[in-house]
Amino acid sequence: MTFLAIDLPAVLAGALAALVCALVGNVLVLRRQALLGDAISHVVLPGLVAGFWISGAASLVAMLSGALIAALLAVALIAVFRNVGRVNGDAATGVVFTAFFAAGILFLSVSGAGSTNFDIHTVLFGNLEGNLWVAAEGWGSLLDPVALVELPDSIGRLAAVLAIVLAAGALAFKEIRLVAFDPIYARASGAPYRLVAGGIVVLTALAAVAAFEAVGAILVVAMFVCPAATARCLTDRFGTQIALSAAIAVTAAVAGYVLAAFVPLTLGFERSVNAAGVIVVTAGLLQLAAMLFGAKRKGYGPRGAFA
Amino acid sequence: MPHELLAALFFQGGYNTAVVIIGAAALGAAGGAVGVFAMLRGRALVADAISHATLPGVALGFMAAYFLGYSGRSLFVLLGGAALSAAAAVFSINAIRRHTRLKEDAAVASVLGVFFGLGIALLSIVQGLPTAGQAGLDAFLLGSTAGIRLIDAAALAAAAVLTLLSLALVFKELRVAAFDPVYAQAHGLRPERADAILLVLVLIAVVLGLRTVGLVLAVALLVIAPAAARFWSDRLGIIVLVAAGLGASGAWLGASLSAAFSNLPAGATIVLVLFVLFVLSFIAGAARGVVPRYLRRMNGAVAP
Repeated sequence: MTFLAIDLPAVLAGALAALVCALVGNVLVLRRQALLGDAISHVVLPGLVAGFWISGAASLVAMLSGALIAALLAVALIAVFRNVGRVNGDAATGVVFTAFFAAGILFLSVSGAGSTNFDIHTVLFGNLEGNLWVAAEGWGSLLDPVALVELPDSIGRLAAVLAIVLAAGALAFKEIRLVAFDPIYARASGAPYRLVAGGIVVLTALAAVAAFEAVGAILVVAMFVCPAATARCLTDRFGTQIALSAAIAVTAAVAGYVLAAFVPLTLGFERSVNAAGVIVVTAGLLQLAAMLFGAKRKGYGPRGAFA
Repeated sequence: MPHELLAALFFQGGYNTAVVIIGAAALGAAGGAVGVFAMLRGRALVADAISHATLPGVALGFMAAYFLGYSGRSLFVLLGGAALSAAAAVFSINAIRRHTRLKEDAAVASVLGVFFGLGIALLSIVQGLPTAGQAGLDAFLLGSTAGIRLIDAAALAAAAVLTLLSLALVFKELRVAAFDPVYAQAHGLRPERADAILLVLVLIAVVLGLRTVGLVLAVALLVIAPAAARFWSDRLGIIVLVAAGLGASGAWLGASLSAAFSNLPAGATIVLVLFVLFVLSFIAGAARGVVPRYLRRMNGAVAP
C-alpha cells in the first residue's frame, strides 16, 4: 500500500501545515506583518539544530524547546538593537534573522547533524516526502487505532496546533478582527489589545515551528501569505476570508502534491518533482488568478473604487 | 590549522584562493555601500526577496546551458538567469503593490515564497538530469569559496568595483531621495528614478554575491554592514565608507576562514563575522554606540 504508507501521510502533513499557516496568515496579512513567518522560520533554525545536537537524536521536545528559546532570544535581541541601539525595525530584524540562520547552517555543518534525517537540504527544500506511515497495511489501517498511533508524530503535532489556533480564533474572533482591521480603534476602545497582539505572535511562532519541522521552511514562508492574500482579493468579510483561505490552502496542498508526485511519473519521467515547491507554485498561481480576476482585488470598498 | 588561516588571510593560500578572497572583499564593500541606501529607504527586505528570487533563474540557466550543449557550469549563464528572475520578482512586487489592494509586505512575502518554491521545484528537475555539475549548484544556495575559476573570480571583483564606482556617480541623487523625497520632487529630481537606480544596484550587488555568499544569505551583505556603520557616524558619506569597509573586512575574514577550514560554509561564516562586527559597533560605535553615548552622558553632554 504505497499510497497509504507514502502519499497519504505526506499529503496530510502538507495540508495540515498549509492550513495552520494560512489561518494565522489572515491576521498577519491584514496587520502588514506578512514577513513575520519568513523571519521566524529563519530564526528557529539554530534552536532546532542545537536541540538535535544536544539530545543526540531527533528528540522532539529538545528540538521544539530549542526553537522556542531561539525565537525568544531573537525577539529580545531585536528589541535591544531597536531600543538601545536605535536601529530601525526593518534593519534590526534583517540583521538578527540572517545571523541566526547563518548560526544554524554553521551548527549543521560543524556538528555533522546533517548525516541523519535533518540536514541543510531538508531545511531548504522541505521533507514532505519524509513523512511516512510504515504501519499502514491496508485501508483497514485507517480504522485501526494501533496503526493510527504510528502516523508520523509531526502530523499529531500539527493537528494539536490546528486545534489551538481554531480554539483561539473561536474564543476571540471579534477581538482579533478588531485588532486586525482597526488597531488604532482597538487600542483606544479598551479592548485587550496587547493580549490579542501578543497572542497572535505566539500562535504565529507555534504554527511556524510545527510546520517548519514537518514540511520545511519554504511551505511555511509561502503559506503564511499566499492563501490569505488570495482570499483578501476575493472578499471584504473577515469570516469569509478565513474560510476561503483555508479552502485555498488545502486545495493547493493536495493539488500541488498530486502534480509533483504523480504527473511526472505518468508522463514518463523517472523522478518526481519536489512536492513542497510545486505546492507553493500552485498557491502562487491561485493568488495570481485572484489578483487578476478577484472581485475585491482593488481598493477597500466596492470593486473599482480606488482603480 | 591556524597557519592555514593566516595563509588565507594574507593571500598566501594559493593564487586562486587569494583572488577569490579579494573578490569576496570587493563584493562585501559593494554590498555594504549599496545597502546603506536600501536601509535608509526602508527597502532592506526587498533585497531579501530579490536574493531568494534568483533561484529559479539559476536553475533555468543551468537547464538552458544543458540543453544547448554547454556543461552548465558557466558562472555567467547562471548569474544572467539569476538577474533575469530577480528582475521579474521586482516587477511582480511593484505590480502587486500598484494594481491590487495587497500591501508591500504581502507583495514581498508572496513573491519571495513563490519564486523560491518555483526554484526548488526546478532544482529537483535539474538533479534528475544525466549530467555532471549539479553539485556545483549547491554553492549558489549556501555560498562557497571553492571551485570558482580564476577568471570568474576576477570578473566578479571587477564588477563589484564597477558597482561601487556607479554608486559614487549617483550618490547625490540617492542622498536627496533618501533624506528628503519632497525636496527632491520640488527641485525637479524624481525620487522614483533614484529608487529605480537603487533597485538596479541592489539587484547587481545581490547577484554578484550569489556564488560566494549563497542566495539564502546574500541579503545579509546589504543589511548587516550598513546597520553597523550607522553606529559610527551621522554623516551619510562617512556611513557609506564605513559600511563598505566593514563589508569588505567581514567578507575577507569570513572567506579566509571558510577557505582554511573546509567544514565552514562560506556564506554562513561571512554573515557571522559581519554580525560580530555589528555587535562591536553597537557597543563601541563613535556616534550611536552604547558605550560612547554613556560616556557622553556622564560628561554632561547632550545626547544627540
